[in-house]
Amino acid sequence: MNPLLRVNGLSKRYGERIGCADVGFDLYPGEVLAVVGESGSGKSTLLQLLSTRLPADAGSIHYQITGRGLVDMAHLSEAERRWLLRTDWGFVEQNPRDGLRMNVSAGANVGERLMATGARHYGQIRATASDWLARVELDPARLDELPAGFSGGMQQRLQIARNLVTRPRLVFMDEPTAGLDVSVQARLLDLMRELVTDLGLAAVIVTHDLAVARLLAHRLLVMRQGRVVETGLTDQVLDDPQHPYTQLLVSSVLQV
Amino acid sequence: MNTIAGYNFAYLDEQTKRMIRRALLKAVAIPGYQVPFGSREMPLPYGWGTGGIQITASILGRDDVLKVIDQGSDDTTNAVNIRRFFARTAGIATTEKTEDATIIQTRHRIPEKPLSEQQIMVYQVPLPEPLARLEPREAVTRKLHALADYGLMHVKLYEDIARYGHIASTYDYPVLVNGRYLMAPSPIPKFDNPKLHMNPALQLFGAGREKRVYAIPPYTKVESLDFEDHPFSVQRWEDPCALCGAEDSFLDEVVLDDAGGRMFVCSDSDYCTTRQAAGHTGSQSPVAKEAA
Amino acid sequence: MYVAVKGGETAILNSHELLAAARRGDERVPEITPAQIRQQLRLAVARVMSEGSLYDEDLAALALKQAAGDQVEAIFLLRAYRTTLPRFGYSLPVDTSRMALRRRISAAFKDLPGGQVLGPTYDYTQRLLDFSLCEPSASPLPPRADEPLAEAMPRVSELLGHEGLMEEELPLPGDPAPVDLSREPLSFPADRATRLQNLARGDEGFLLAMGYSTQRGYANSHPFAGEIRMGEVALEIVPEELGFAITIGEITLTECQMINQFAGSSTVPPQFTRGYGLAFGEAERKSMAMALVDRALRAAELGEETTAPAQQPEFVLSHSDNVEASGFVQHLKLPHYVDFQSELELLRKMRNRHEGRMKVGAGGTAPTEVAAEENA
Repeated sequence: MNPLLRVNGLSKRYGERIGCADVGFDLYPGEVLAVVGESGSGKSTLLQLLSTRLPADAGSIHYQITGRGLVDMAHLSEAERRWLLRTDWGFVEQNPRDGLRMNVSAGANVGERLMATGARHYGQIRATASDWLARVELDPARLDELPAGFSGGMQQRLQIARNLVTRPRLVFMDEPTAGLDVSVQARLLDLMRELVTDLGLAAVIVTHDLAVARLLAHRLLVMRQGRVVETGLTDQVLDDPQHPYTQLLVSSVLQV
Repeated sequence: MNTIAGYNFAYLDEQTKRMIRRALLKAVAIPGYQVPFGSREMPLPYGWGTGGIQITASILGRDDVLKVIDQGSDDTTNAVNIRRFFARTAGIATTEKTEDATIIQTRHRIPEKPLSEQQIMVYQVPLPEPLARLEPREAVTRKLHALADYGLMHVKLYEDIARYGHIASTYDYPVLVNGRYLMAPSPIPKFDNPKLHMNPALQLFGAGREKRVYAIPPYTKVESLDFEDHPFSVQRWEDPCALCGAEDSFLDEVVLDDAGGRMFVCSDSDYCTTRQAAGHTGSQSPVAKEAA
Repeated sequence: MYVAVKGGETAILNSHELLAAARRGDERVPEITPAQIRQQLRLAVARVMSEGSLYDEDLAALALKQAAGDQVEAIFLLRAYRTTLPRFGYSLPVDTSRMALRRRISAAFKDLPGGQVLGPTYDYTQRLLDFSLCEPSASPLPPRADEPLAEAMPRVSELLGHEGLMEEELPLPGDPAPVDLSREPLSFPADRATRLQNLARGDEGFLLAMGYSTQRGYANSHPFAGEIRMGEVALEIVPEELGFAITIGEITLTECQMINQFAGSSTVPPQFTRGYGLAFGEAERKSMAMALVDRALRAAELGEETTAPAQQPEFVLSHSDNVEASGFVQHLKLPHYVDFQSELELLRKMRNRHEGRMKVGAGGTAPTEVAAEENA
């Protein structure tokens, strides 16, 4: 099987400080990769680089575009890159307010990607948006309400629906459960696991929470000071950490 | 009428006019694209038609016949003032007859009488950026235009229908020009939008304060944005014009008294008077009154 | 019978005459002359020249007379006149370190080479209405200093620059000629030279409010009035046929250099940075406010967090010009029958729908049936 995403030697510096150095991995279709580490370890920088929101200083990102094979993202035009970002890719922000349009209804939030890719039938857009609300366990009767009236957990589910409506193949998530109550977190994690499996999504999830990684990810990438210190199958890494830093990380949190 | 001493023909100096004509050529070459230009301070205030005035000044020749309308009418103060400005600074002929004009400068209307290939429409534009209400940052809207990334505009239309049951824009209704650029048609009522489409006349748009010109060349496709199941539609009135009986024109509401009495008359004053002169009547015309 | 309103042209001409009569006022009171305005209302003249972007005291005084003292109207008149003037050339950059000073103060140092020079200022007056000014008074002889001012008056920023505590201000690579905002449209992102040009033409009240907001927490700035200097500088041009600079006159300028702390970044050590303000004539409030806003607008390039309105270039620069703002705000007086008619139609339609809904809610009848009942 060909990888969906191939990353080589990705590096970024902020002046003297290292953002992220020489990161490489392959991600296969349907695979969930968790990037773990403390704050400042470079995991958020990595996510910004992968999603091409931030230009890298060195290294390359190749993506498997349907019908074109592995394509170097640096060779895509801005128009092609944006098209990819709103069709085949998704990005779930830590704070749903950053990923939603707070001044338009839930339905318009979910429908935006459809309209941006040419959907021009109001009734169909609305029906699709309504289906997606149900899929993320939101009441379709609230289709015309503004997200501001939703709870944090509901906003996060709405953001996920907004991203998944075009059936992307790859989703980036930045601490998607941080900032939510524990009970809300558990429900959201269940939902995300279900969606990832049902849709065969590949995902890169940045989290400081090893429990989230354990529940969702097939593989782990442990980062420290901008570098990958350990990588492997999730259970393997968490149950038998090899690198002293990973051992510290695992022992310092409650076991799940 | 003699022109004012000390000023060039049509006020602007020839170099400035040439600069504006160059911008206009670019605008015609890329229909619907907003071309930045070095807009000058004019002796009329920004927001009062300085963009239209600069375009008119730069294309005006000595043989041109100018018509100026505001809200469809030749008599409103601003139309009178702009017409006077060109009569004084260029000494050209002016007219109120749509068919006699070679250049028609307008604010907020397109004449009812179809235009010809020999005519140029000049629109005064207050806010040229159709996406501005949704995205105020120009650096961002420029990129959205460059990539034809117009999903945001449809989000707005979707939201209108979800909230009001129909698209709530009634004027300055967004259009797609030549299948490529999203364009603000200036605050004409959406009633006039169909006239933008495949019009034989050259249509030029000027925004002085915002320093942009854009154009629709003759016979260019202009679509009003809509949804398949909520197609674009224009305003219709139940009654015909009270003065000329026209059923196909845009009507202004005129309040007659403070007891709710009102009537509807053509906003295009030339269209209405021409029809009346040809013997057409409405419910409030003298003839109809006498008969009643 | 209904008759449409006609005769706009006569009404407009009559309005012009009413305006002229109102400007003149009571004829028993002597008419004011531009010369009097220039001499005795010099601060009003200075503002009109600054924001009108034209240094000509006589024309600015005339504009003030014609505008009956309305500064924004006078600025507009001057700008509209300025557009028609031919360009003979561009002056060399003025050198404010060679300014013939009439005032120079620093709030950062108690004493400095050249000393503090107070000059003519309202700063140390008590703001008591002076009723003696109701009557003509003889001009008092200005006091004279015992000794002339020092020849060299280094700028405070240069004093700090020797220690490396002040950021260097270097021309951009290749030293490109700045955009001429009176000929080219403003576009974003705007470089600092363009921003400063815009602010120099910007409305004093707007800049004052924006600058003030940065002091009240809407932007993280800790400004010191490093130096304010006012006086005359020579204006030089290089005529093509001569090939060397000649002085064509002198103009009065007020310059303000604000000093702001800067925490430094990964590549730059902590140091002071500057905000810069410059205005024609005696215009301290304007140049200080401008310097505050200039510094706030540099937030992004210095890697500072940008959260406040004064730090957003598009917001500040697009709204600073009072000729543009005044025109567009006042264009609301123009007829909007057509747009209003469209809005009226929409509102009626929405209200009909709303009423239909209310009835559905109350009686459970569908809107179409309601309409049928009403018709019946």
